Amino acid sequence: MNASLPTKSREMRFPELDTVKGRHPQAFRANVKRRATTIGVGVFLVGLYIFGLSTLGFEPERLADGFKNFVWIVGLMLPPNPGTVNIALVFLKGLVETLSMAFLGTICAAILALPFGFLAARNIVKNSILHLLARRFLDIIRGIDTLIWALIWIGVVGLGPFAGVLAIITSDFGAFGKLFSEAIEAADDKPVEGVVSTGATRLEAIRFGIVPQILPIIVSQLLYFFESNTRSATIIGIVGAGGIGLYLTETIRTLEWKQTSFIIIMVLVTVAIIDILSSKLRTALIGARPV
Amino acid sequence: MATAINLLSDEQNRHLSETYRRAVGQKNRQLLLGLVIVALMLILSAVGAEVDGAKFVKNFWRFPHYFYEITPKLAWTSFLPDLAEWFWGLTKWLRQLGETVLIAYLGTVTGAVAAFFLGFLASRNLAVGSVSHFIAKRFLEFCRTVPDIVFALIFVVSFGLGPLPGVLAIAIHTTGALGKLFSEVIENIDMKPVDGLKATGATWRQQVRFAAVPQVLSNFASYSLLRFEINVRGASVMGFVGAGGIGQTLLEYIRKFYYSDVSAVLILMIAAVMIIDYGTEKVRHRLVDVEGSR
Repeated sequence: MNASLPTKSREMRFPELDTVKGRHPQAFRANVKRRATTIGVGVFLVGLYIFGLSTLGFEPERLADGFKNFVWIVGLMLPPNPGTVNIALVFLKGLVETLSMAFLGTICAAILALPFGFLAARNIVKNSILHLLARRFLDIIRGIDTLIWALIWIGVVGLGPFAGVLAIITSDFGAFGKLFSEAIEAADDKPVEGVVSTGATRLEAIRFGIVPQILPIIVSQLLYFFESNTRSATIIGIVGAGGIGLYLTETIRTLEWKQTSFIIIMVLVTVAIIDILSSKLRTALIGARPV
Repeated sequence: MATAINLLSDEQNRHLSETYRRAVGQKNRQLLLGLVIVALMLILSAVGAEVDGAKFVKNFWRFPHYFYEITPKLAWTSFLPDLAEWFWGLTKWLRQLGETVLIAYLGTVTGAVAAFFLGFLASRNLAVGSVSHFIAKRFLEFCRTVPDIVFALIFVVSFGLGPLPGVLAIAIHTTGALGKLFSEVIENIDMKPVDGLKATGATWRQQVRFAAVPQVLSNFASYSLLRFEINVRGASVMGFVGAGGIGQTLLEYIRKFYYSDVSAVLILMIAAVMIIDYGTEKVRHRLVDVEGSR
């Protein structure tokens, strides 16, 4: 009995290793192809990163100088101070404009995108050409940034927050259309069959079979987009389309850093409040279940 | 076999339908109240955003007209030369587009690496200490709330014009956005492997390396790819504030009404975004498959 005492700890743990190895050789061999792919991708990614660093002007002294300047600017920003009460009121008006733009833009975009979402859903519109066209149309709209839409709308209605509202509506129309059509496609079609079996028309089938299923998703997305639009509405003023972004750019260009930091803090507080409110509202409207 | 359906007596029926009507009525009243509140807020915000219906109706024709204007005049007889004239700056634009994608790439990678470390610190289950947990969480919140273009505006002043401030701005914003997602992924991992390693006396670094990282890596990669898509769009407008990429050229063309150039650059941008979306989607599906086969 004591002749075959295992010597290595691995054999002690698992004496039948060789038999198992013989039965499942592929589990014990390194997967050369997969490993080569991993290494190749890794080398490519790192190489591209280094190439980027050298082409885009990441010189150490420039970074160090810039960082020194940045720290100096942050020093100038403290303490945040709007200057006079009147200026603070002007900033506050900009913030109200920003919030109005975000709210109006989100709601209008959702209202406009809902019918289009049905059009772009495969299970509603059986015609595959129409479906494809609708999808590509939404893709093109989403491919253009809100700021570019803002520039185009400024040419239509002039400078000011109205152009910002229209820009938010346009770019969110693309995003909402895609999300809604995906939600509609993912909807269970059993309720629809049930409604149809009672003799309902097609429109009634959509109203009572599909709409109740997608409503929580729509509400949840609406709130989420309102949050994110508040953020994008703060920057839309950079190109002249209203809101607090105009003042933010102005104070940075005129190097009024204390006012800049005041505006940034105003935005941070507003966004935090909206986050809290919208998560409360979400729970109240659709319950705690994740959508 | 005949089965009789028991009809409810009139009294029971009346009671039930009464209850039903009351429940539906209450729900409808709530819905009406909600709609009235939303409508009021819409009117208020329309005033706040200086919405001008008359101006909109009067000037709306300019919107489709703009797209008509930027459409190049291509003739069948001279199609190829016309096309060449339309895309006269193709090499220049492609180089700038490449720079844009590179800005997005550098920003995403830098941000993802920073988010990787901060994500562990900011997660509830694998945090090192409560102080670093708190600081990491607040820092990520700050990075994600300030839009990247605002960072770019400030960095352009401190680092000078060019793609460098654009990369830094995108990197910081990405750190915030990905850090939050990463920490949520980490909070959802199976803690049994971590406990197992802890039982063998592994240090925190070893626990993270061998128990947590293998569980989260494919999700991290998937989120980073999604972020890359978003950052390509963000990098395309970085040029608006002088932070590199094709945005500066586009802004110039739009402001100077070089109509056909606007459409050429927009088409290139949309094509680049679509190609990148398509590619990342394919990679993400493969990542999910790898995850599923394990």
